[in-house]
Amino acid sequence: MLLRHTPKEITDRKILTINPAKTCQPIGAMYAALGIHNCLPHSHGSQGCCAYHRSTLTRHYKEPVMAATSSFTEGASVFGGQANLVQAIDNIFTIYEPDVIAVHTTCLSETIGDDIPQIARKAEADGKIPPGKYVIHVNTPSYVGTHVTGFAGMTKAMVDYFAESAGKKINQINIIPGYVEPSDMEEIRRIAEVMGVRTVLFPDTSGVLNRPQTGKYDMFPPGGVTVEALKSTGNSQATIALGQLASGPAARALDSKCKVPCEILDLPIGLKATDRFVDTLRRTAGTDVPDTINIERGRLLDIITDMHQYFYGKKVALAGDPDQLIALTEFLVSIDMWPIHIVSGTVDKDFQARIKEITQYVPHPVNVGIPGDLFLLHQWIKNEPVDLLVGNTYMKYISRDEDIPLVRFGFPVLDRIGHGYFPTVGYRGGMRLLEKILDVLLDRQDRDAKEESFELVM
Amino acid sequence: MRKVAIYGKGGIGKSTTTQNTVAGLAELNKKVMVVGCDPKADSTRLLLGGLAQKSVLDTLREEGEDVDLEDIRRAGFNGVVCVESGGPEPGVGCAGRGIITSINLLEQLGAYADSEKLDYAFYDVLGDVVCGGFAMPIREGKAQEIYIVVSGEMMAMYAANNICKGIVKFAEAGGVRLGGLICNSRKVDNEREMIEAFADVLGTQMIHFVPRDNMVQRAEINRKTVIEFEPTHPQADEYRTLAGKIEENTMHVIPKPMHTDDLEKLLIEHGLAG
Repeated sequence: MLLRHTPKEITDRKILTINPAKTCQPIGAMYAALGIHNCLPHSHGSQGCCAYHRSTLTRHYKEPVMAATSSFTEGASVFGGQANLVQAIDNIFTIYEPDVIAVHTTCLSETIGDDIPQIARKAEADGKIPPGKYVIHVNTPSYVGTHVTGFAGMTKAMVDYFAESAGKKINQINIIPGYVEPSDMEEIRRIAEVMGVRTVLFPDTSGVLNRPQTGKYDMFPPGGVTVEALKSTGNSQATIALGQLASGPAARALDSKCKVPCEILDLPIGLKATDRFVDTLRRTAGTDVPDTINIERGRLLDIITDMHQYFYGKKVALAGDPDQLIALTEFLVSIDMWPIHIVSGTVDKDFQARIKEITQYVPHPVNVGIPGDLFLLHQWIKNEPVDLLVGNTYMKYISRDEDIPLVRFGFPVLDRIGHGYFPTVGYRGGMRLLEKILDVLLDRQDRDAKEESFELVM
Repeated sequence: MRKVAIYGKGGIGKSTTTQNTVAGLAELNKKVMVVGCDPKADSTRLLLGGLAQKSVLDTLREEGEDVDLEDIRRAGFNGVVCVESGGPEPGVGCAGRGIITSINLLEQLGAYADSEKLDYAFYDVLGDVVCGGFAMPIREGKAQEIYIVVSGEMMAMYAANNICKGIVKFAEAGGVRLGGLICNSRKVDNEREMIEAFADVLGTQMIHFVPRDNMVQRAEINRKTVIEFEPTHPQADEYRTLAGKIEENTMHVIPKPMHTDDLEKLLIEHGLAG
């Protein structure tokens, strides 16, 4: 009983967070930066920040995560980090030769007020940035926002630094996939390809953080969106952004900078959200939906109808990031499950209203905690037990103490594999999610069934 | 050893007053160390006869952690030990952190050790206490005694009142106390009476009224304290008197800062409104 001190009785907390459902901004910024081809993320601060962010990403993706740091010392904290960053830029371009250095700040460099664009201009004036190479940046103090805002910020920086409009539109559509797994980005691109839509997907961590073992180490793996492709986003016909929080800022920036109209959709998790994504793609690109996609949709629908009796009325507790939770809640409600406790550590002003709207016909009161933490979620569960938990690895403590099955979903998943390779977006991703949910629910039913009601066929 | 911190509004004459007073204490054969806590590193100029001082932070930056005490302190007038914290150039880095780093380093290097046989350590702190770094000299175990340099000008008194608010916070948790107000006259009407009244409300004393005299500026242009430049001038005696009063001072209080409205009322009562 590792969480035995969690009391059932809920008291009002204003200033204390216990077991947060969020993490640092720079983690999201670093992850997004890895979705640029030939890019080295750079953490402008002390070493420990960079080490923590790299190791969290490595633990989640089971891949080496390369990033550099300004390695602040006492002196840099007092005199500012300019000398360190200029030296780092020089070293990185000389030794590792990336196309892009994507700088994100930390609490320390933000608090002392380092001005990254000014330092980058100084590095450029000193000839430390070779022609055709770039230094981009985002401000990511950890005391503001969460990993989601860090991701959104770095994605927007790609637009701010690279997008150009030549005045003539080209036949392609931008897709901003949101803070999803490399496998999800791959799946989103595949769906667009199958539909015959030319796309620029950014960021794109597929082929970067789900690499095959080849016996050979590449500092910069083959995946990621190229600088050239990023520049061309300003000439695209339109942008489809998936996830209001993670992708909205970049999409809007592209609209105002290069007049590329955008549609911001929910993440395509589950039947309805994927329908909207596919339909928007079809409409925007003026194509038809091919049979391949219709067949996938039909299969997902088939699973939902075949197994409906096992989904119906099951209570679920969810924790994660708003973009994911909105789509996931809609999916669960659409298969007649009852998501009744929902928390996120990331603040989203529209979240509460969206969840209320989605869950309005759930025949049970729904608790929404934003910003909330896993402690609160656990207390809600103690008061109103559920059949299933969906969330990241930190939920395993609640799962164990309360003996409730957990489907791992979201960030970070530190103790299971699969998320890097098998998507949860699109119709096929929906199928996988249902498989995972059914596996744990039916295993539980088997485990708890009396001998006379132990079913062979389910 | 008595550790003394001098605060006050920017430009009020903290550094000038500190150095002249320290020169007075040095004449009384007191061993004094002055720690300048201003990024401009100009708090010991008059004692040293110029700005030859290499700051603690410059040394730290150039030499790394391997700093020697002798690299960062210089002997000034009558053997006064002079140290400048230094700090970043305007607009970059973190001057507050600089003060913390610098004072920590001085402690590590043993600048305050008993073997140094110091009678006084003076901290000359920049303008307003804008962040935690500038309050470092009055944290627990650092300066126990604070003097605020003030004049009869409204903003100077306003700043002094604010500094008192800061002192209260630290005084309640630790041992720091206000020793008094030093009035560095700007020849404002009724200045002496007004500062005396102000000190009274704060629960402290005006420890000395330093009259305005051009001799201070003349000495300063010659990079000297008045005591060194014109030892027989009456203004030198003013600083000697102030030094003597600090030496004898036993009135150490937790101040009672005023509400802004009350402060303004006090100014009106003492004739600022004309």
